[in-house]
Amino acid sequence: MSFLEILRFAVRGVTANKLRSALTMLGVLIGVGAVILLVAVGNGSAQQIADRIAALGTNTLTVQSTSRGGSSNTAITVQTAEALQDPVLAPDVKSVSPVVSTSATITYQGTDHSVQQFVGTYPSYFTASNTPVGTGAAFTGDDLAQGRRVVLIGTTVAEELFAGTDPIGQQVTVSGALFTVVGVLDEKSATSGFQDANDVAVAPLTAVQQALTGYGAVSSVIVEAASTDKVDDVQAQIATILDQRLKVSATSGGNSSTPYRIQNASQLLETQTETANTFTVLLGAVAGISLLVGGIGITNIMLVTVTERTREIGIRKALGAPRRAILTQFLAEATMLSLIGGGLGVAAALIGSQFSIVGIKPVIVPSSIALALGVSVAIGLFFGSVPASRAAGLRPIDALRYE
Amino acid sequence: MTGPRPVLDVRRVAKVYGEGEATVHALRGVSLVVERGDYVAIMGSSGSGKSTLMNIVGCLDVPSTGTYLLDGVDVSRLNDRQLALVRNRRIGFVFQSFNLIPRTSAVANVELPLAYAGVQAKQRRQRALAALELVGLGGRANHGPNQLSGGQQQRVAVARALVTEPALILADEPTGNLDSKSTTDILSVFDELNAAGRTIVLITHEPEVGARARRLIKLFDGQISSDVRQRPIGVAPALADQPTIQLERLR
Repeated sequence: MSFLEILRFAVRGVTANKLRSALTMLGVLIGVGAVILLVAVGNGSAQQIADRIAALGTNTLTVQSTSRGGSSNTAITVQTAEALQDPVLAPDVKSVSPVVSTSATITYQGTDHSVQQFVGTYPSYFTASNTPVGTGAAFTGDDLAQGRRVVLIGTTVAEELFAGTDPIGQQVTVSGALFTVVGVLDEKSATSGFQDANDVAVAPLTAVQQALTGYGAVSSVIVEAASTDKVDDVQAQIATILDQRLKVSATSGGNSSTPYRIQNASQLLETQTETANTFTVLLGAVAGISLLVGGIGITNIMLVTVTERTREIGIRKALGAPRRAILTQFLAEATMLSLIGGGLGVAAALIGSQFSIVGIKPVIVPSSIALALGVSVAIGLFFGSVPASRAAGLRPIDALRYE
Repeated sequence: MTGPRPVLDVRRVAKVYGEGEATVHALRGVSLVVERGDYVAIMGSSGSGKSTLMNIVGCLDVPSTGTYLLDGVDVSRLNDRQLALVRNRRIGFVFQSFNLIPRTSAVANVELPLAYAGVQAKQRRQRALAALELVGLGGRANHGPNQLSGGQQQRVAVARALVTEPALILADEPTGNLDSKSTTDILSVFDELNAAGRTIVLITHEPEVGARARRLIKLFDGQISSDVRQRPIGVAPALADQPTIQLERLR
């Protein structure tokens, strides 16, 4: 009795009850597919975050105020930011760009667009924040000093307001103030979560303060270090200056009590990756449950199949089937169900991963394929073998009499 | 005309089911020797132990006490694999309830024992078709069991029992569920097989079936109550000259 022959019996067994076999496979398909795809989504979002943070540049630090009350002596103002550019106390600082950010409505010839981030800053912002100018030119230090109302807009804004026309040189109205568009920023690939990174406008700090925000505290200060390995030095230097400026006593210590927070890209990367990993694990766990349910499906079908076919096993034994041939047949049936179902699940996941899901491009983790397939086959084998070996071990007459 | 060893040698075989109060003595020490080429009918009321005896003889069940020699070999000493071989090569079993494998065509059912014997697919198909031809079902090879009448199903079962050319054919009430026409068909197949030298043991309720056998054994309450030789063992002259494709290969 060749193995091929037994396989043929198994195929016949699987195809004898097509609907049931198909439903069992569907259970495995969904389980395996869900595991692979959801893990891929989690992984994709983690990679996206990493890409985005890398795009921010690894030699910049962001200083933000942590005081909520807005008490004037702890707020970070333009003057505080200017003080960071100190060749004696902070020799490794390359540039300092105070940033005010607000949301504003831009109007052009009756078309409204509500921009999420209307940024007022220094010209050094463009290199520090890795925001290159696509067409046109960045505003200059002179523009800043004069408080000229010029603005650079992101691609989303350009498409919304100037569909088909060249935006450069056009005049737009932002909260009643006229701004001249001087450039369009390069498109940014990384979308930050639910925010569109291209839905942005950048103007000189003085102009924005004058027209929109007023001369108060700034939202954040982007500090560019001279080089990537100087980031830690710069962090210490600006912390010293800020402690002086904001009158933080050295003894009060502890990062939590300072009225500011300094973040660098690698720290950001770390926390974000941690969050993303938690997300992946959660998704994987949910998918794992569905795989388990699929496995229980196989188990159930194998139990029913073997019990229902105990008589058939008796007939086969009476005709001279050795125990091993019967066991092999049922194991092959279980393996076939789980392998085909699992294979289709892998295919479904691979197809599904071609599309972006909730704005995330899934990235398949190869080990998740092996794990999901392995688990489904193992479940099928194990739970197929127990009832099959019990039935194969029966005396033919007992199997024949089984009702 | 008897062989050197009896095909069946049953020695004081007893079978007890259950324990304690519920104990049932299905067989109470049956001894029976069947020579090669014999045609034995076993009769008895229900509960007389005939099916139990048949199952033991067919290696489907094991006796509680006593020994059973098949072709001189003590069956109780065989392991699972050897028993599977014995069932496959030496014995052809016909069940009262046909016991065809559902959703499987007639020819595939007949092929089954050959498949377990390791016969090549092509040869297997040939032999299965020849066996079906022999029982008069050549035209229905591809029908499933649910497309066949009871008599046809039983003939498929007979074809399955004889396709491996076993020396011993056991039939447990093969005509019990059949009409008179089918009964005649099945019995004439058995007559031919016996004429060709096969040993046949069958169980029956019907006296006219018992009458066709060479030897009639009656069981009562787990013991043999009578054992009558109706005709001597030997090839009936009228049937000896009727070779068929299948029968030519018989020993």
